[in-house]
Amino acid sequence: MRVAVMATCLGDALFPEAPRATVRLLRRLGVTVDVPEAQTCCGQPMVNTGYLDEAVPAVRRYVEAFDGYDAVVVPSGSCAGSVRHQHAVVARRAGDSALLDAVSHTGSHTFELSEFIVDVLRVTDVGASFPHRVTYHPTCHSLRMLRVGDRPRRLLESVRGIDLVELPEAQECCGFGGTFAMKNPDVSVAMGADKVRHVRETGAEVLVAGDASCLMHIGGMLSRQRAGVRTMHLAEVLASTADDPAAVTG
Amino acid sequence: MSSRTFVGMPPFPVAAREALSDAQLRRNLARATGTIRAKRAAVVAEVGDWEALRARAAEVKDDTLAHLDEHLVTLEESLTERGARVHWARDAGEACDVVAAIARDHGIDEVVKVKSMATQEIGLNEALAANGVAAWETDLAELIVQLGDDLPSHILVPAIHRNRAEIRDIFRRRMAGAGRPAPDDLSDDPAELAAAARQHLREKFLSARMAVSGANFAVAETGTLVVVESEGNGRMCLTLPEVLVSVVGIEKVVPTWSDLDVFLQVLPRSSTGERMNPYTSTWSGVTPGDGPQEVHVVLLDNGRTRALADELGRKALRCIRCSACLNVCPVYERVGGHAYGSVYPGPIGAILNPLLTGPGEDAATDALPYASTLCGACADVCPVNIPIPDILVDLRSQVVDAHRGDRVPKPEAVAMRATGWAFGDARRLTWGERAAGLAGRLIGGRSMPGGRTALSWLPGPGSRWTGARDLPAPPAESFRDWWRREGRDEEDEG
Repeated sequence: MRVAVMATCLGDALFPEAPRATVRLLRRLGVTVDVPEAQTCCGQPMVNTGYLDEAVPAVRRYVEAFDGYDAVVVPSGSCAGSVRHQHAVVARRAGDSALLDAVSHTGSHTFELSEFIVDVLRVTDVGASFPHRVTYHPTCHSLRMLRVGDRPRRLLESVRGIDLVELPEAQECCGFGGTFAMKNPDVSVAMGADKVRHVRETGAEVLVAGDASCLMHIGGMLSRQRAGVRTMHLAEVLASTADDPAAVTG
Repeated sequence: MSSRTFVGMPPFPVAAREALSDAQLRRNLARATGTIRAKRAAVVAEVGDWEALRARAAEVKDDTLAHLDEHLVTLEESLTERGARVHWARDAGEACDVVAAIARDHGIDEVVKVKSMATQEIGLNEALAANGVAAWETDLAELIVQLGDDLPSHILVPAIHRNRAEIRDIFRRRMAGAGRPAPDDLSDDPAELAAAARQHLREKFLSARMAVSGANFAVAETGTLVVVESEGNGRMCLTLPEVLVSVVGIEKVVPTWSDLDVFLQVLPRSSTGERMNPYTSTWSGVTPGDGPQEVHVVLLDNGRTRALADELGRKALRCIRCSACLNVCPVYERVGGHAYGSVYPGPIGAILNPLLTGPGEDAATDALPYASTLCGACADVCPVNIPIPDILVDLRSQVVDAHRGDRVPKPEAVAMRATGWAFGDARRLTWGERAAGLAGRLIGGRSMPGGRTALSWLPGPGSRWTGARDLPAPPAESFRDWWRREGRDEEDEG
């Protein structure tokens, strides 16, 4: 099986630890991983702000970069959701039927990380070790666009040494919302404040989620409040082993 | 086309900021929406085939909307046969003129009103007042809003932003000016508040010669209008006066009684969280010797055919005004309904107002599709499966497209064009990343948990992020650079 990792633009530029952990985790699970260097972004920042024409180059780049792979693994529910649900909208806008066929193909071969591990590799115990108090925020697009359900939780529950505590009101949006965070910063921060309060109530050392974007928002508020809680991507926790543990402090 | 947003209201981001600073409002909203949310979840969970009901409800609406022209003509024929007079209104002005003319013909200067979104939408009370006709709201929450000289902030519970102490104050100060005064010793006990409203309203019911209503549904085959309510005030209005005028949006038609069935199941559970609503009133034209002897129906377009022409957006016309999307929306819960500047607030308002009005007409309407994080909670609870997030995204593109011809493009448009260009080629993106990384590391700051350097201040639009959130400075090495340096070859070791 030819498997490619999509780093996501945010993972590439700002949170490289997430795609790095994804590569290492998949290799540990026996997957031969490729990272096509032509990849850029799924185009969601443009689509969700209403700039469909501006998203066309990113969508073209996506199908070109990932053509021919049996699976594309994305450490982001939001980006995987965009590939599966929005690329067709962009292709139709471009009036390009060849592109529409291509996005339908790549879309059906694109998986969010927990989907790929649980549904394709059929594994829930990835052999990870992470002896820390952790709470998990299920991101909106992974929950309500991809319907990943409890897959990430099942993966986390099998991690050695983990103390997984329930996040109150876990399924409520954190308030990031892409450019919403900039267009409506006050509402975004008000929602984030409630999310941060719930995270702090759990007493967790680490907040885990499957989307770097939401973690950037919640983690940015935690940092500003000097909460002492750090954020980590799901892939980082799953990549952590007893022999090669992920550092939590530092 | 005229806007449906309240005149003079600031666009959502500004109005929302003001609303957020009202701590009382946020407490009232969190409590009220939290309560309704839990009730809804409980009564929906006990229905075994809820998803099938939703699918059926959506199907009936879609099929009806696809042949709306035929169903409306059938409705008109059935109504006329049964003694009702049908009026067609293209817009708010025409609809208001019809109602005002009926009042004038009968020399009526006072009407009682059943809670109705359509009449709110067209600003009927204000139009009647301008014609010397006083319109009295008889729904308890609408009465609170009207007496408080306030605006509704919720579709189903228009006074949701008020708590009972505020309601007591409004009754004490304002009831006397509108009719029977509130008792001097009125407390904020809900039973006492309801009793005061009942006494006040009873005089209106008994004296008014004309009533105005909307309708939840209009059954075409028999010309039957349906009003679903909780308090019984609606039934008073629909049976006591001599003249009854109903303003009905053209999307409210359902072909047959058997099509109505599914809606009477999903509406109460989705709206008030009840298995069944207390009062369901139906009437078909005039019944000689019983109830109003003159019945008018105003079929209202007011942008609905515009929405119907929108391939994706027409699904919003499935809406049965249950408010489940408002109650579950995290944005609505924080800011309340007034921030949306329309009688249709929340997620449904964020799509319905722009669909009725059209993009590029005014800044307040154009801001509404952006008043959402696209979290999708609304679509999950919608009893008629309206894909609200998809429509929001589509409307955003319509807003952007409406401004593509602007002589001076917005900074956002320039930034999006540049970003889109960079994402078209990995090399361009790499240059951008390196430049941003260098700039980020130059600004610097304290350490975040995990060791990354925090950017706590950014210039210009970046301050909208750093006002309350740190941002990690770009790392020394992008993922792409790591892959080239060692990531690609690590495999051999593993």
